Amino acid sequence: MTIKLEIEHLAKIYPTGDGVKQIDFYVNEGELVTLLGPSGCGKTTVLRSVGGFIEPTSGTIKINNKEVHHLPPEKRPSAMVFQSYNLWPHMTVYDNLAFSMKLKKVKKKVIQEKVTEVLKLVHLLGMEKKYPSELSGGQQQRIALARALLLEPEVLLLDEPFSALDAKLRHELREELREIQAKRNLTMLFVTHDQEEALSISDKIVVMNNGHIEQIAEPQDVYNTPASLFVAQFIGRMNFVKGKAVNNTIRIGDLTFPFDDAYTGNVTIGVRPEDIQLADNRTSSIDALVDKSMMLGHFAEITLQTKMGSLKMFVDREQMKQIALKSTIPIHLNRFLIFNETGEVLNIIGG
Amino acid sequence: MWYFRTLGKRKIIEFIFLCLFMLFFFGPLLNLLLLAFAGEWQYPDILPSVWSLNWWSFVLQDESLVRSMWLSFVIATVVTLISIIICIPAAYAFARIRFPLRRFFLFSFLLTNAFPKMGLYVAIAVLFYQMNLMNTFTGIILIHIINTLMFMTWIPSAAFENVHKSQEEAARDVGASPLRVFWHITLPMAKPGIIVASVFTFLSSLNEAEGTFLVGVPNYQTMPVTMYSIIADYPSTAGAVFSVILTLPTIILLFAARRFVGADAFANGFKMK
Repeated sequence: MTIKLEIEHLAKIYPTGDGVKQIDFYVNEGELVTLLGPSGCGKTTVLRSVGGFIEPTSGTIKINNKEVHHLPPEKRPSAMVFQSYNLWPHMTVYDNLAFSMKLKKVKKKVIQEKVTEVLKLVHLLGMEKKYPSELSGGQQQRIALARALLLEPEVLLLDEPFSALDAKLRHELREELREIQAKRNLTMLFVTHDQEEALSISDKIVVMNNGHIEQIAEPQDVYNTPASLFVAQFIGRMNFVKGKAVNNTIRIGDLTFPFDDAYTGNVTIGVRPEDIQLADNRTSSIDALVDKSMMLGHFAEITLQTKMGSLKMFVDREQMKQIALKSTIPIHLNRFLIFNETGEVLNIIGG
Repeated sequence: MWYFRTLGKRKIIEFIFLCLFMLFFFGPLLNLLLLAFAGEWQYPDILPSVWSLNWWSFVLQDESLVRSMWLSFVIATVVTLISIIICIPAAYAFARIRFPLRRFFLFSFLLTNAFPKMGLYVAIAVLFYQMNLMNTFTGIILIHIINTLMFMTWIPSAAFENVHKSQEEAARDVGASPLRVFWHITLPMAKPGIIVASVFTFLSSLNEAEGTFLVGVPNYQTMPVTMYSIIADYPSTAGAVFSVILTLPTIILLFAARRFVGADAFANGFKMK
């Protein structure tokens, strides 16, 4: 696989002292890499640096192994899809799409063909004469995507493209984006703060926090083996319990677990709700009082009170019938992570 | 009456207010229009007793009056063009660049409108004497531009601010240089505001009398200046005819502008950010 986009030691420090630093990652041809993080973590800064809208303080950005960070946006082989669509309201859909080609003095006939082709791709054929204000949000974003695709970019940059749309539409467009990616073999860098979106569409996720990278991994690895406490709490649901590690045991209240590590000090135990299960007779169990139950469709989330503290677990429809509110049930932790005081992963137990 | 019965009490009150407003607003204009076509009109009569176009032919046949009309339109056009050239780049800078004292400079355009005009003009006249600008075309243009700077900077500046920076970025991204972005994206998007400002500028130049009187007399007499002497020297009908001619371009231009731009563009012009 060839590397399309490569970012090395990128840093952008704003006069306020905020910014990003030590950004290193690459995107292979045909891959969708997501920059994921809470707002203000610097993910958009990285994306806009690649697009040419921010001048980095230091570091290099290479597209197709050529340095581009000194080029203005109009000279870069990248295209951007913006959160706010940014269609030009005084132009029709056709003119919005044709603009880039008109600048390059492409023949009218070729422009027409290409516009028709790309409109077919985004399922909006026949909308040429409409103005952006006559389109719905989803349609506008499709046109914005089409406009970017017409540039035939080496790297397509997407800045939270679906976050202004409602949940159902967001789902639809994600799938469409994946289809288009497959058809066109697109290389994409995608920015989002929505962890579900990142998990569902990415080949690789770059988790960012506070201006630096926390973890780079495939979606299932980010979920299963988070590199830090931050990643663990940002992605998916997780219960956290405070404890202490002393003499190869971990203490949480009265409970003790064996712990194969020389580390001594405060620890945080992280358990995903789906890793808490009803204990059968063979396994060691913890008593838990069923406190609350919340129906979430094909499963329910129940809140348990245990000696470890409050825990949330998921149960399916069959189990729900067996579990009564305010009853005590035996539970078992299938898999959990142990973090030290600075949020690094010490150990993953079980699973 | 059935119509009023279907309406609520509030609606009727609103209707009465609307009528009063219309009377207040259009009454004088209507009176002016009637007066312009009146041959004989005694006080208690509601309508003129004799209609006539005499004063129209008098005004339109008097060479010096016709010349003053031409002069007015030429000056207004030149003032509008020069204002556009000077103010559009300034408006763009105010909208896009966060330079120090930006708001102070923006408000400083109000200053020329804050003082009594005559006082300001007298001060300027002293300056103009020294620079040999009295009784010159250039002098009149300059004095008009002092008044139009505010419209021509404020309204387009607000229009430019309504063009999002990211919309310009999107154009950069698809391959347009900064100059092309301005020409193809920013300027067309701000066009309604610029048209409104140009109309205001044109009209305020067309109707400017005090400054023109001070700087232009005797060689350059525009319509509003001439009107003073007509009102003083002729029956009021002549003044009415002249007023109608002076009002006409205002009405035509405002209607034309309404076709191009919505009312919100007028309102946006005076939004401060």
